[in-house]
Amino acid sequence: MRYVDKTVIGLSIAFVVLVFADFFMAEWMRFIGLQSLARGAVALGLLVLWRTGLVSFGHALYFGFGAYTAAMLTLIGFHDAFFLVFAGTLSAGVLAFLLGFLLRRYRAIFFALLNMAFSMILYGVIVKTEELGSTDGFSLGPPTFLGYAPEGEAVQTALFLFTLVFTYIVTVGVHLYMKTTLGSMSMAVRENEIRVEYLGYSAEKVIHVKYVFSGLVAGFGGAIIALAIGQVDPDSMANWTVSGEFVFITILSGIGNVGATYIGALVFELIRTYAFEYAPQVWQFILGGSLLAIIMFLPDGIWSLFSRFRKSEG
Amino acid sequence: MNIYKRSGKATLLLATGLAAAVSLTAGIANAADEVVMAVPTFLTGAGAPAFGVPARNGAELIIEAINKGTLPAPYDKSGKGLAGRQIKALIYDESGGGAKQVTEFRNKVQKQGVDLFVGYISSGTCAAITPVAEELKMLTIFPICGTPRIFEEINTKPKYVFRTMGHATADGVAEALYVKANMPNVKGYTGINQNYAWGQDSWRDFDLAMKQLMPSVPASEKAQWPKIFSGQYGAEISALMLSKEKLVHSSLWGGDLEAFIFQGSARGLFRKKQLLFSVADTSVYRLGKKAPAGAILGARGPYGIFAANVDTPLNNWFRKVYLDRYSVPPVGGSYQAAQGVLAAKYAYDKAAAANGGKFPSKDQVIAALEGATYQGIAAKVHMNRSNGHQAATKHMIGVLQWDKEKGEPIMTKVTEFAPDCVMPPSGINGTEWLKGGMKGAKC
Repeated sequence: MRYVDKTVIGLSIAFVVLVFADFFMAEWMRFIGLQSLARGAVALGLLVLWRTGLVSFGHALYFGFGAYTAAMLTLIGFHDAFFLVFAGTLSAGVLAFLLGFLLRRYRAIFFALLNMAFSMILYGVIVKTEELGSTDGFSLGPPTFLGYAPEGEAVQTALFLFTLVFTYIVTVGVHLYMKTTLGSMSMAVRENEIRVEYLGYSAEKVIHVKYVFSGLVAGFGGAIIALAIGQVDPDSMANWTVSGEFVFITILSGIGNVGATYIGALVFELIRTYAFEYAPQVWQFILGGSLLAIIMFLPDGIWSLFSRFRKSEG
Repeated sequence: MNIYKRSGKATLLLATGLAAAVSLTAGIANAADEVVMAVPTFLTGAGAPAFGVPARNGAELIIEAINKGTLPAPYDKSGKGLAGRQIKALIYDESGGGAKQVTEFRNKVQKQGVDLFVGYISSGTCAAITPVAEELKMLTIFPICGTPRIFEEINTKPKYVFRTMGHATADGVAEALYVKANMPNVKGYTGINQNYAWGQDSWRDFDLAMKQLMPSVPASEKAQWPKIFSGQYGAEISALMLSKEKLVHSSLWGGDLEAFIFQGSARGLFRKKQLLFSVADTSVYRLGKKAPAGAILGARGPYGIFAANVDTPLNNWFRKVYLDRYSVPPVGGSYQAAQGVLAAKYAYDKAAAANGGKFPSKDQVIAALEGATYQGIAAKVHMNRSNGHQAATKHMIGVLQWDKEKGEPIMTKVTEFAPDCVMPPSGINGTEWLKGGMKGAKC
């Protein structure tokens, strides 16, 4: 019998379960789930970079770029979710492709901070642009789905399903891609770039491809969040704190499995929600404290819990 | 060969885990005899000391007094609580931007069973919340945020969202009217405003109003736009000192404002230029003697220091209790937040009375507040704009002085503007109203 990948099976089961869950989930839970899917997708891009040995402190650039592209298109009369998300994803990808020519030459802290510098340029531009509402941002109406125009709760239900389908495809795609030769090159680049070059591959090109991918998914996440919230503003879309949240989620998840980023994002949202509820004055401490705890006790992220479980079983 | 392949079983586990998580539906368990009121305000970050914390203090005092039934006249006869039910207040942090606040709004409504919201300070948050509040049919009272866009663009037919103070257009108009009356010979004006939404809007409205009221007086081409939270104003102060305009408009607030005042005083800026601060009331008590005497000041309405001499039982009580508890006099934010909570008190009680003394439904409360006129702490609030959802109040501008005998800052040369003089009438966009010559203003 042909070997079937267990991660793909797991993701597919999660997908089916969530599709059904979409219709009877509590509204607040669905909204948190939707955000987790979108932010998890961004973290997936960071995971791919991380496996290549790179950390970016500036992916709010692509997140914000995707979000603002989608939002600005609604200003000129486009409301179809497919088109808006596609445009947001693509524009962020193109931006990542262009900046990639510069960034692929840097490693480690230089790579991380250059990304951050670019993201803060976007932030600065938005804040200075009165037409885009500056720090107040601007609102966009509910999206339509190929002519279907839901209202009220149905908007979130439809958007959740929409996001779920695309994140499922992207995540399975990434998982399979990571097993191809070019995909496996990630770890090779991280471990020894010079050897990679001697094997006849260009390390910079490998990095560039991953970078464009991470830009695409970050733009995707941004466009989804813009549609889900119905409002874009620089502080929740393009500020460096947003980039920090993505790194937080990636550390929380660990890079062991592509599915982990969604669990990490969900855990992040839940910690934040409950910290907000029970400790409104010191919720940042709780968020920071949990990150510290993860780094100290689970240095490989939440995913290592699952692998430990598996090991003790086997 | 591939270390990631082994994790398949764990992924199965994840699937079951997720399934378990989503089946956790909301368990809302609030007592039937209380009204859950969410009060979002800045508890952390730069907005907290100037606006967020004073607003929380103001709201807290009023909520306690409502629950105990100790509010003075005209609220002394309506019993304890909101239509007889105690308020359970959920005070929480507004920081983190619109996206986070929308998530939190949904959580509060769908998970914690909130009955109404009274809060939000930042215009950005209000703009993000308005569509969600209408979608979730949640009674939401904005006591403070300033952007006119709430009912002009985002929702022109609000049903569930109210704002209980005048919006930013009123500030610009009142300032320009004051300049026209008190500085008729001014030759030009410049400004220093932070380069973000509030600063840009404040300058635009003041500038538009000036162009209508004093069309021969030019605005400077070189108004200063420092970054928000920059804290260093050396270059800007030099530029202002060299500018030929005497009048300087500024909407700086909080720490930025105080830094600007310290750095400007040291270089004699306030002796050379006439400053006009639109929201400096938040800092006058903190700065005390160091606040620049002679500066023209606003508080976004008749609040804070402008209410120091309003001799009504409600205001006297509020100032005394506030000072006793927090050791500082209430500032604009405290008054505005308290005014928002009072709107709820007024509306619930009125709706209950109309409902034969029984606890009113949400629609009845909304009907009671729409178009109402109720007594705020400092002034009457007229809910007579945007289908009765947007308030208009009188506005005040004056000149700051230091009272040596009492040892406290006071306002002198105060001019009062009627609500219909500074707020645009219903159904017209504030900017268009300004550009069209402020038709229908009753001064």
